[in-house]
Amino acid sequence: MGYWRKLGALVEKDLAVEFKTKEMLSSMFIFSFLVIVIFAFAFTPSRATTSEVFPGILWIGITFAGVLGLNRSFAGEKDNDCLLGLMLTPVDRTVIYLAKAASNFLFLVAVQAVSLPLFFILFDYRLAGPLWLLLAVILLGTVGFIVTGTFLAALAANTRASEILLPLILFPVIMPVVIGAVKCTAIVLAGVPPELKGELVRWVKLLGIYNIIFLTVSLMLFDYVLEV
Amino acid sequence: MKGSAYNLRGHNFIAWTTGFLMLASLYAIFLYAPLERHMLEVQKIFYIHVGAAWNAFFAFFIVFIASIIYLKTRNLKYDVLAAASAEVGLLFTTIVLLTGPIWARHSWNAWWTWEPRLTTTLILWFIYFAYFLVRSGVAEKARRAVLSAVFGIIGFLDVPIIYISVRWWGSHPTIDTTGGGLHPMMLHALIVTVLAFAFLYGYLCQKAMALENTRQELQDIKEKLRESI
Amino acid sequence: MKDIDLEIMDGCFLAVLGPNGAGKTTLIKVLSLLTKPTSGSLEINGEEVGEDQLSFRRQIGVLSHQTFLYNHLSAYENLSFYGKMYEVPRLKERIFEVMEEVGLQFVLGDPVRTFSRGMQQRLAIARAILHSPAALFLDEPYTGLDQHAMEILNQVLVGLQNQHRTVILVTHNFDQGLNLCDQAVIMARGQLVYRAKREEFLGRDFKQTYLRCVGGS
Repeated sequence: MGYWRKLGALVEKDLAVEFKTKEMLSSMFIFSFLVIVIFAFAFTPSRATTSEVFPGILWIGITFAGVLGLNRSFAGEKDNDCLLGLMLTPVDRTVIYLAKAASNFLFLVAVQAVSLPLFFILFDYRLAGPLWLLLAVILLGTVGFIVTGTFLAALAANTRASEILLPLILFPVIMPVVIGAVKCTAIVLAGVPPELKGELVRWVKLLGIYNIIFLTVSLMLFDYVLEV
Repeated sequence: MKGSAYNLRGHNFIAWTTGFLMLASLYAIFLYAPLERHMLEVQKIFYIHVGAAWNAFFAFFIVFIASIIYLKTRNLKYDVLAAASAEVGLLFTTIVLLTGPIWARHSWNAWWTWEPRLTTTLILWFIYFAYFLVRSGVAEKARRAVLSAVFGIIGFLDVPIIYISVRWWGSHPTIDTTGGGLHPMMLHALIVTVLAFAFLYGYLCQKAMALENTRQELQDIKEKLRESI
Repeated sequence: MKDIDLEIMDGCFLAVLGPNGAGKTTLIKVLSLLTKPTSGSLEINGEEVGEDQLSFRRQIGVLSHQTFLYNHLSAYENLSFYGKMYEVPRLKERIFEVMEEVGLQFVLGDPVRTFSRGMQQRLAIARAILHSPAALFLDEPYTGLDQHAMEILNQVLVGLQNQHRTVILVTHNFDQGLNLCDQAVIMARGQLVYRAKREEFLGRDFKQTYLRCVGGS
């Protein structure tokens, strides 16, 4: 049980560090907000186009803000070689991965909690489906994004120009998450019409499988990413 | 054939077979296979398109296997293989993406269709590109090998999921490419072309590996010189 | 590193000398279980170190010229975090103990970024001994320290020696720390080129020996 307590200590530390400056959270949130505004100008918000593109805009906002956060997650450990300090502690390296994934997830969800309502308000969008389902679908997609994103952020942290590298290596790999999440969101926003119910289930299964596969592979390969 | 850094084992055999098969394929495509009714000559590009496509994915599979073996054995030979395979794979993927629109323009009057296999190939192109970005971002040899091996594994495992999600995404009736059965002579031509490209892949791969080995030898010599200063 | 055959006795104080690029840092990395040696083996207390390293890591402390500290957190928060990671019992009291030992007990609540370099290194020392490791490895710890910090580091090292902990000091600085050591080895170009006993390396001619070992080809 020391494993979980240490994971908790790591997550606590990440949250504590972030709350001292709130730099990352605020930039993620502002960035999301900017995306909303840019899209509002890019698409004249007539009802028809809005409902078509809204799920996509939502996920673009989440993805871009997410990458911002991911970049910072391991960059912060480069100062004073803290990552090395962590690797010296008597803890399985996978704990470092899970803890980072957990804190990244919490940060992104926190940003979503504020920016999502903002999206709906600024686009004057009405949610037709059940709210809990929408939240569940968004969380499912976010988990997939964070699981792969954290792993690749750790990988990119080993390279120079890591901040530019991360989006370039991340986006191709999370295509299934983006496709699936947008589809699911679109169906839920439209109120889950009965003919699309099967499709929704299919996509949810795909996202679930993606999450499991990539979580497993990341856990298996993380040791290699952290080698010194 | 004896192997050395410059000419890997069996290289001459592969070189000759490649040459022969490419000629055979050209013959099969232009003289053997019948002319397609609607598209006439332009349809011929289909053979190259499919030949390159199969081998582009095969190349990535080799990257995947070589990456796993490298991580297990830490023998840099496998890293050289992975990098060479990725290079040729990227080339073939580019060929697929260039020939696809040419064919699409003539069959459906659109430069690009979001056809699942073509779209997956597009994303494969990005993953290959990302693979090289990772490699170029790490200076130290062993570290670079480990990180690119990891990325190669992740990238490859992703490909089937990408294919499935793209296919479901475009579930509105897409243009079916080779849906209807192929004329048997066309099938023969296709098989010969796929085989020809496979040997071409092997040939180019070996050349790329030989080049990298030579480069590495040069590096080692330079370092030895530096040390004795 | 090549052909390193080194045996370190319990409770000894070993100095590892050598120029940059000699492989000293790599040695520390292998000894602190950060890296596995590409060939050969590492044994601790007669046991070969295999996959399960966690129990060994708990007994090792590392002090580097990098502090491993989180700049935005306070000294207390840093130590509390590492204390939890090393499962230090009676954490609160232990934190006060080590902070007193390094003379920083009055700045516990201040964020680390407000500390001077010397204070940061003192905090790093506190962090390294927080879990009372049986072995402490120091990688160029005197780099950039002011006089006060150096004295404190030496005091801590003497304390550790009295407790019969094993200490390995990697340095290229001849003025500090050597007087505490029992043994010294010289590394150059990835190899162990010389071993010396206490009387020898405290003597005046040692610098010559050192230059001879690292200079020639």
